[in-house]
Amino acid sequence: MNEQTTAARPKNQGFKNAVLALESTFGIDTRMLAMVGALLIIWIILAVMTDGIFLTPRNLYNLAVQSTVVGIMATGMVLVIVARHIDLSVGSVLGTTGMVIAAFQVEVFPIGAFWNWPLTIVIGLALGALIGCWQGYWIAYRGVPAFVVTLAGFLMFRGGAWLITEGRTVAPMDVTYQVLGGGINGSIGFFWSWVLGILALIAVIAVSMYSRAKHRKYGCRVKPMWAEVVLILIAAAVILGFVEVMNSYYKPHTEIPRGIPVPVLILICVVLVMGFVSKVTKFGRYVFAMGGNPEAAELSGIDVKKTTLMVFVVMGVLCAIAAVITTARLNAGTNSMGMLAELSVIAAAVIGGTSLAGGIGSVVGAILGAVVMQSLENGMVLLSVSSAMRQVIIGLVLIAAVWFDSMYRRRR
Amino acid sequence: MTDIPLIEMRNISKRFGGLQAVDDVSIDLYPGEVVGVLGHNGAGKSVLMKTLSGAIPPDSGDIRVNGETADIGNPRDAQGYGIETIYQTLALADNLDAPGNLFLGREILTRFGTLDADAMEAETRKVVHRLNPNFTNLKDPVRNMSGGQRQSVAIARAIYFNARILIMDEPTAALGPQETAMVAELIKQLKSEGIGIFLISHDIHDVFDLADRVTVLKNGRKVGTRKTSEVTKDQVLGMIILGKLPEEENENDVKGFH
Repeated sequence: MNEQTTAARPKNQGFKNAVLALESTFGIDTRMLAMVGALLIIWIILAVMTDGIFLTPRNLYNLAVQSTVVGIMATGMVLVIVARHIDLSVGSVLGTTGMVIAAFQVEVFPIGAFWNWPLTIVIGLALGALIGCWQGYWIAYRGVPAFVVTLAGFLMFRGGAWLITEGRTVAPMDVTYQVLGGGINGSIGFFWSWVLGILALIAVIAVSMYSRAKHRKYGCRVKPMWAEVVLILIAAAVILGFVEVMNSYYKPHTEIPRGIPVPVLILICVVLVMGFVSKVTKFGRYVFAMGGNPEAAELSGIDVKKTTLMVFVVMGVLCAIAAVITTARLNAGTNSMGMLAELSVIAAAVIGGTSLAGGIGSVVGAILGAVVMQSLENGMVLLSVSSAMRQVIIGLVLIAAVWFDSMYRRRR
Repeated sequence: MTDIPLIEMRNISKRFGGLQAVDDVSIDLYPGEVVGVLGHNGAGKSVLMKTLSGAIPPDSGDIRVNGETADIGNPRDAQGYGIETIYQTLALADNLDAPGNLFLGREILTRFGTLDADAMEAETRKVVHRLNPNFTNLKDPVRNMSGGQRQSVAIARAIYFNARILIMDEPTAALGPQETAMVAELIKQLKSEGIGIFLISHDIHDVFDLADRVTVLKNGRKVGTRKTSEVTKDQVLGMIILGKLPEEENENDVKGFH
C-alpha cells in the first residue's frame, strides 16, 4: 500500500508540472483544452457511428444553428451562476418574450411594414430587460432566493406565454425576420462569409500583437513568440475551417453555398460582447468578486445589490435574443417555445466548467458546453436513439462532466 | 504630534438585537500614532472598528476626521476619508488574482473605460514587492497562495491608496514569526510617515511594543485608555480581564494572573 502511494506520487507530480508548464507557456486554461479534446472525441465517435454523416457540412451547419439558442442563454447563465445565483425561468422567459414578439408582428402591427419586425425585436428585448428587472429586484433588494424567484418565474412566464394568445400559435412571421432563424435564406452567402472570416483572422492577429506590446510596456510576462504563432495558427484553422464548412453546404437543388448562418453570427456577437463584459469591465469583475467572496465584495465598496439586479437584466435580454432566433426559425410563436430550455442552459454552463459554488466560469466554456450537449443530441437523433434514451444519456453526461470537473479542481 | 486628532469617535453605540455590542465608546487617534484596541473576543473591538470602516453603521454617536464631522455610511465613504481596513478575514475574493483583489472596487481603467489589467499588475508588483520581495505568482488566484502572501495582498490593498488612517484587525493572527516581524516593521514605517493606525488584538503581546496608547474594551464598554509608556503589561492585562483601571485594582485581583 505504502509502496504504491510513493510510486504514484512522482507520476502525479510530473503530470501536474506538465499541466502547469502548458498553462504558463500558452496562457490557456488546461481545463478548456480538456473540453475541446472531449468535444473532438465525441465528434469522432459520432462520425464513426453514423458512417460520417455527423461530420457532413449539412449536419455541421444544422448543429451550429441548433446550438445558438442554448448557447446565447448559457453565456448569461454563466454570470448568474458565477454570482452564486441560479435562473430556472429562462425557458419560460423565452416563451413569453417570443409570444409577445410574434403577437405584435403578426396581429398588432401592419403586416409587411418595413418597421414592423425591427420594432417587435426592440419590444422583445425591452420586455426581457423588464422581466430581468422584476426578478432581479426580488432577489437583490428583497432577499428572496433566486431559486424561488426564478422558480416562480418559470411558472408565471410559461403561463404568460399561454395567456398572450390564449394558447393559439401565431404565424407566419415577416419574411425578412425569418432570415434571423437561419432557414433557407438565413445565411450570408459565400462571399461575405469569407470576408468575415478573413476580417476575424486579422482581428485575432491584431489583438494578440496589441496585448503583447501592452504586456511588454508594463513589464508583464509575455508568451514566447512561437507559442503565440501556434495559437494564431490554431485560430486561423478554426475560423477558416468553419467558413469553408459553412460554404460547403448548398441551398436545396442548387450549387449556391449557404455560408455562415445569421443566428450563428448573432451567437458570435453575443459571445464577443459577453466575453468582453465578463473579462474587461468593472461589472464583470464585480460579478466574479461577488461569487468568490460576497462579504469581500461588499467591504470593497461594490454595490452588490445593483450588480445582482444587472446580472438578471442581462439574462433577461439574452432570453429575448434567443426568443427572436426561436420565433424566426419556427416561423411562428407557440406557447411551448423554450420548454425545458432552462435545464439545457444550466447544463451547458455547468458542462462548460461553471462552478455551482460560484466564482468560477467562462463564457467560452459555456459555448463549448452548449455545443457538446447539442452534438450528443444531434448525433443520437442521427442514430435514431429514442428521445427517452437521449434524456438518460445527456443526464449521465452531465454527472460525468461535473464529476470530472471536481476531480480536476481537487488535483490542482 | 498636532493637536487635532486624525480620528475622533464620540459615544458610539451599536446594538444587534438583544446584544449591546458597543456601548457609548469614545476613542481617538493622532497622526503618526498607533493605538491598540484590546479586549477579549466579543468585547466589541471589531464592531467598533467596523463602524469606522463603514462596514457597520452605528446606532448613535459621531465620527470626526481631522476635526470635521464625517458621514460614513458605507466602506466607500470611509475610503474617501483615507480610512483603509485590513480585516481579520482579509476579505479577499479567492477566485481573483492579486491585482484583482488589490484594486477591487477601485480598478484602473483604460481610456476606453475597460479594466487595465496590465497597469494594475504593474502597480501591484511595485507595492507587493515592497512588502514581500519573494512574491512572484501575482496572477494566480489568491486561493492558491500561502497565508503570508494573502496577508501581503490585503496589506498592499490598504496602503496602496495613500491611507491616512489604517485599521488592522488581528493582522498577525495567521502569520509565522518571520512574517509577523515584517508586519511590525511595516507598522513602524507607516507610523513614521504620519499615518495613524488602530491595531486590534485580543493578545496584549502583539500590540504592547508597537502601540503608543491602548484602549481596552470589555463587554462593549470602554474600560479606559492608557499610554503604554505609563503602564505595565500586567496592568493592561488587568484592564482586559477585570475591566478595571490600574488605580482601581487591588492586590487580590492581580494575584490570580501569576
